[in-house]
Amino acid sequence: MDTLGWVAVSSIVTAGLCIMIGGICPAIGEARALVQALSSIAQQPDETSAITRTLFVGMAMVESTAIYCFVVAMILIFANPFWNYFLSKIEG
Amino acid sequence: MEISPDNLICWSYGPVTLNATIVFTWLVMGIMTLCSWLVTRNLSTEVCIPPWQNFLESIVEGIHRQLREILGYEIRGLYSFLTTLFLFIAVSNLLGAVPGFQSPTGSLSTTIALAVCVLLATPLYGIARVGFFPYFLNYMRPTPIMLPFNIMGELSRTMALAVRLFGNVMSGSMISAVLLIVIPLIFPVLLQLLGLLTGMIQAYIFTVLAAIYIRAGMEVEQKRKTF
Repeated sequence: MDTLGWVAVSSIVTAGLCIMIGGICPAIGEARALVQALSSIAQQPDETSAITRTLFVGMAMVESTAIYCFVVAMILIFANPFWNYFLSKIEG
Repeated sequence: MEISPDNLICWSYGPVTLNATIVFTWLVMGIMTLCSWLVTRNLSTEVCIPPWQNFLESIVEGIHRQLREILGYEIRGLYSFLTTLFLFIAVSNLLGAVPGFQSPTGSLSTTIALAVCVLLATPLYGIARVGFFPYFLNYMRPTPIMLPFNIMGELSRTMALAVRLFGNVMSGSMISAVLLIVIPLIFPVLLQLLGLLTGMIQAYIFTVLAAIYIRAGMEVEQKRKTF
């Protein structure tokens, strides 16, 4: 297989791995946060608004790691700089 | 398939090019300015107020109530700044469901510009509240060795703010575009609905995080919150 083929294969495999690991781990973390928040709301219903606000902010922080993985996967598939580099080398 | 509306050129004349991000940012700004001008043209303090005035008042009052819970005290300019951030992001995310509209928040340059505004606002409000030297002593906390790490933390959280908003909005439009190829029947609509929800939540989170960062810059004596 030539260089371009290796770049394509490694990009696709890495993008899949990236979104797989980056999807599983934040999901576990967010689920744990949600479980804790729900049990806290069940114990103290008066504090619902404060708990919900903190939960949203915290979930956004956790979710941002998943978003980073997604952005990296999108870059690997749709805007891969190495692909364009090796393509221009082969053409020119 | 375009990853960001920066690459869509709407109009170009010589070296001047207008890409879709600029066009749709100005469109959103125009819509918001026109709507608020039309509504605030005849405000009334009667018992029976016009419905649109009621609508805008409830939005502004709701945002101010949320911000008051986070910030604690009333700071006029800051409230306007954060409310503007929220309204701009929310309107451009919600209009993303309109066909043909490219959400300006789906471009990394817009979100970085918004995050840089927050990055600049943090020391400005901090210095205005506690003074020049106490604010910069904050960076030397707990020891002067932590100075580069505190500065790096400031920069990286700004980048996280920008990439989070960009990634969420971009992923929404991207996934519906991919689904349009795979299952074009009903699922893209469901994901558009999900995108509306995500757009509102991201606008809320952006504003709340900006408020928390600015609040952390205004507190000197207590321990810095590390978000």
